[in-house]
Amino acid sequence: MFLEGYGPLLLQGTKVTLQLSVLSLLVSFVIGLIGAGAKLSSNWLLRGPATVYTTLIRGVPDLVLMLLMFYSLQIWLNDFTEWQQMDQIDIDPFVAGVITIGFIYGAYFTETFRGAFMSVPKGQIEAGFAYGMSRWQVFHRILFPQMMRFALPGIGNNWQVLLKSTALVSIIGLADVVKLSQDAGKSTFRMFFFTLVAGFIYLMLTTISNGVLKWLEHRYSAGVRSADL
Amino acid sequence: MIDLIHDYWRAFLWSDNTHWSGVAITMWLLVSSIGLGFIFSIPLAVARVSKNKFIAWPVWFYTYVFRGTPLYVQLLLFYSGIYSLDVVHDIHALNTFFREGINCTILAFALNTCAYTTEIFAGAIKATPYGEIEAAKAYGMSRFTALRRVIIPSALRRALPAYSNEVILMLHATTVAFTATVPDILKVARDANAATYKTFQAYGIAALLYLSITFVLVWLFRRAEARWLAHLQPRKH
Repeated sequence: MFLEGYGPLLLQGTKVTLQLSVLSLLVSFVIGLIGAGAKLSSNWLLRGPATVYTTLIRGVPDLVLMLLMFYSLQIWLNDFTEWQQMDQIDIDPFVAGVITIGFIYGAYFTETFRGAFMSVPKGQIEAGFAYGMSRWQVFHRILFPQMMRFALPGIGNNWQVLLKSTALVSIIGLADVVKLSQDAGKSTFRMFFFTLVAGFIYLMLTTISNGVLKWLEHRYSAGVRSADL
Repeated sequence: MIDLIHDYWRAFLWSDNTHWSGVAITMWLLVSSIGLGFIFSIPLAVARVSKNKFIAWPVWFYTYVFRGTPLYVQLLLFYSGIYSLDVVHDIHALNTFFREGINCTILAFALNTCAYTTEIFAGAIKATPYGEIEAAKAYGMSRFTALRRVIIPSALRRALPAYSNEVILMLHATTVAFTATVPDILKVARDANAATYKTFQAYGIAALLYLSITFVLVWLFRRAEARWLAHLQPRKH
């Protein structure tokens, strides 16, 4: 039988891993854009907290932050509901995982986007304003598309790290591909084999993302002149 | 918060009365895996850039597999996976080695960081300015002498910024060690949490400890760059 009958279960785990990664990527992407905006702002009330956020988050291991946030989120919510004299609200572990990972990698994306925004030549933005565009128009017509070209290698890197760090959610009890492969290994007494399978699934995922990233980089560098020696 | 620190400060820093624990264990994991990874990565990096496919390809495959899978999965493979094999139980030396969580952990960490370090050093070797290699040849150096005296020292200096990143990522990665029953900082934090239910404080102290170690490492590498990369700094006058 395919993987001793554990094939469908592992496939389900892979789906959870992918959903978790993609949703966290979206969260961290949005946080990254906001954070980069704050860090590049001339207002220190925005710049200060954003700098503290990126420094603290990037200086502490993601697993420590996951454990810290994952359990604390629920405790804080309980305190809040008790104070408001409402019924207890249970946070879905999956949602908590997405928020936690998104919040952690938001700090890495903030730095990626900040660097990319700074790489867009000033003249481009000035030209936009000279055409009478509004701030929003300059952002989404000129700044954003060019920024993405510079940000893409960093985004790719962050994605690969994020994807691999989702393996840690099995420690906080989510039924991802690692957790399910360990369960399968325990019940069939074939730990080595099923852990290898989990590793192989991750290798497939990173290989596919590598291919997609290469294609995206090719697409976004349309019109870039490169000289051969 | 105060009682938590009062009860656990010693365990967080170096000892839980019977064994080493906390910062001491985390630093030992970091230093031993980084050290082993560094020693093996230099010959591997030279092999990785070799023109001979039969030498370069296996190294590429090794780094590809170890960089493409999560460290946690690798640790599970070495800790619970290998020990479940009959072969390991039958051979005494393997049995005693893989029974200890810390041995499996250091092995997995060293293999993992070695893969990343190999790629960093290989990239730096590939980027060696051709003038340096030509100069070495012009002095009549053999391939080995040129590598030892010119190419590797120059590549290691230029790899320093990327390498410092890898060391800090490795520090952060040591946190998975507690799953193999190694009593590192995070394990102490989990014990403290389990005993007192002060989740935020227990993990918060661990976070602050890791943050401080990160800052010390960043400072050390900044000093190292000022010393060994002085020739590549932008001119100030």
